[in-house]
Amino acid sequence: MEHTITTQKVKFKVFRFNAEEDYLPYYDDYEMEVTSEEVVLDILNRIKWDHDGSFSYRRSCRHGICGACAIKVNGRSTLACKESMNDMVELFGNELVLEPLSKKRSVKDMIIDKSDFWEKHAAVQPYVVTDVDEAPEMENLVSPEDAEALDEADLCIQCGACHYACPAVEVNDDFFGPAAFAAAYRFEADVRDESETRLMDVNQMGQGVWDCVKCFECREVCPKEIDPIGKITKLHQKLFQEGKAESNVATRHAVGFIHSIAKRGVLDEGGLVLYSEGPAIVKHMPVAFKMFTKGKIPMPWQLPKSDNMDEIKTLVKSSTTAKF
Amino acid sequence: MEKLRYALFTGCTAKQSTPEQMMSTLAVADKLGIELVELTEASCCGASHLQDYDEFLSLVLNARNIAYAEKHGLTMVTICNTCQLNTAMTKHKLDNDADLKAKVNEKLAEVGLEYKGTSQITHFLYAIIDDFGLDKIKEMVVTPLSQFNIAPFYGCHNIRPSELQNETHKSPESAYRPTSLDDLIIACGGQNVDYEEKNKCCGFHVELQAPKTAAILTGNAIAGAMDNDADWMVTPCPLCHLKLDTQTHHASEAIGREVQLPVLHMQQMVGLALGCTPAELGLKHHVAKVDFV
Ligand code: SF4
Ligand code: SF4
Ligand code: FES
Repeated sequence: MEHTITTQKVKFKVFRFNAEEDYLPYYDDYEMEVTSEEVVLDILNRIKWDHDGSFSYRRSCRHGICGACAIKVNGRSTLACKESMNDMVELFGNELVLEPLSKKRSVKDMIIDKSDFWEKHAAVQPYVVTDVDEAPEMENLVSPEDAEALDEADLCIQCGACHYACPAVEVNDDFFGPAAFAAAYRFEADVRDESETRLMDVNQMGQGVWDCVKCFECREVCPKEIDPIGKITKLHQKLFQEGKAESNVATRHAVGFIHSIAKRGVLDEGGLVLYSEGPAIVKHMPVAFKMFTKGKIPMPWQLPKSDNMDEIKTLVKSSTTAKF
Repeated sequence: MEKLRYALFTGCTAKQSTPEQMMSTLAVADKLGIELVELTEASCCGASHLQDYDEFLSLVLNARNIAYAEKHGLTMVTICNTCQLNTAMTKHKLDNDADLKAKVNEKLAEVGLEYKGTSQITHFLYAIIDDFGLDKIKEMVVTPLSQFNIAPFYGCHNIRPSELQNETHKSPESAYRPTSLDDLIIACGGQNVDYEEKNKCCGFHVELQAPKTAAILTGNAIAGAMDNDADWMVTPCPLCHLKLDTQTHHASEAIGREVQLPVLHMQQMVGLALGCTPAELGLKHHVAKVDFV
């Protein structure tokens, strides 16, 4: 098929802020003829080169490998040098809003202060911890199968697209965030690694893997298809497999499902909360009371049960691979 | 049109904390002439938590549920976003990994079952839109919801991860600009409200372990709908519903502002438009009162 280049008019609303001069951010408007060959970074370049030399953004490789150019287009985290304008127009129409990954961390226009990202990255020991002979006689070989266990987590380019798309990061300053967890997984899965502390670091409540809300935003935006939520799930599993999952409300919540399923097939919702919370369940009483008055909490004798419970019991018994 | 038949996977909440969801599903199916065969043998899908502890068990249990739909030779229809995700994800994994499928089937054989991969899985929202058809819904509306601004709240697990959802839904939906629920609101005669939080997370899955995170996300979602003049919200997910309907006190406290709106299940909205009674739709079971009917 003949390759034709098409053009179309696109209106841009561009976030502007200079921390040294401005009290509040503002937006500049531009209208441009955009060709089907262009990527978002071309637009950033054209704004700077053709319209306003003071406009600032980060870029370096232009090949999707340095991770510098990530911004948000209509709220979606995007690697500017990889994302085609055509796709953006198809997705959002002819009016596009260009913003930094995090508006509250903007230093100058699209350039943000990424220190929180790097601090959280550093917090998970992002390197192989092992005793290495200072004068080794041969290389430390890793078999292809063992390398596969990393599940491509080592392809992360630290662009921060997932980190600043993550709603848990947005509302909880302590939460390490998807990129840090993907890094933690990358080194945890490395056969050479002997870190004693990394897994325990991501096991913490508040900052660790238990506070991920399971929204899949990180998986959706990652330009390298790292699937950070998939790695978070593997870290959860590893904590249980290695017996390092402490008994807390999050771990009991995960394990509580088995007890409920083995007993009734379907969940005993109240029982699950009781198992997870223990005596702290009293704090849920006001909400539970409201729900009860609206007929949202069945009495114990009304609790549902799946048919063919014997099958479910057999499968729970024979298929369970984890221990708590 | 040939009568639509599905195997109904109710999930757990429809039998407990959201009885109105079960009632309204049955009422709407009845109005539309859709036959639902309830999978009474089905167990919990693991609700996105069981697999953190034991992925294999979660696969086996979900495969068992699907195997029952296969026995009926029907597409499985779910009425919960998280059930939809866990079931569709299981299907995707087993259909793309022969070894895993064999291992799971080895277990299922112990109870005389087999997962074949012959049944499709869809959410009732998509069954209505893709299989029944929005145009036909439009024709059947007897009480158009024209005086209402309705804020759609999609819920994560129907729209992300998009590769999986796109392979599951007949008409692909964008994770960034989802349209199904908006289209359904319009078909029912209502005004759809556009707001930033409509495709964001409600925080349900960390309500116990990270209550503050969960409360802020809930608060932001309701506030976003209120700031865009919504009269009420509508969602296809009973978990989002529970969060938005019952946790407004915590949400208000967390974001420092009173937030509350009636939050209807997608089925209740359709039911209202089709002329079902409030009693049939279980509208009295809401914590945030539904006082406009
Ligand atoms: S799935 Fe978890 S880590 Fe990923 S964006 Fe959502 S909350 Fe953040
Ligand atoms: S995981 Fe993906 S989105 Fe996140 S920082 Fe790495 S490359 Fe970027
Ligand atoms: S400029 Fe390097 S990733 Fe875009």
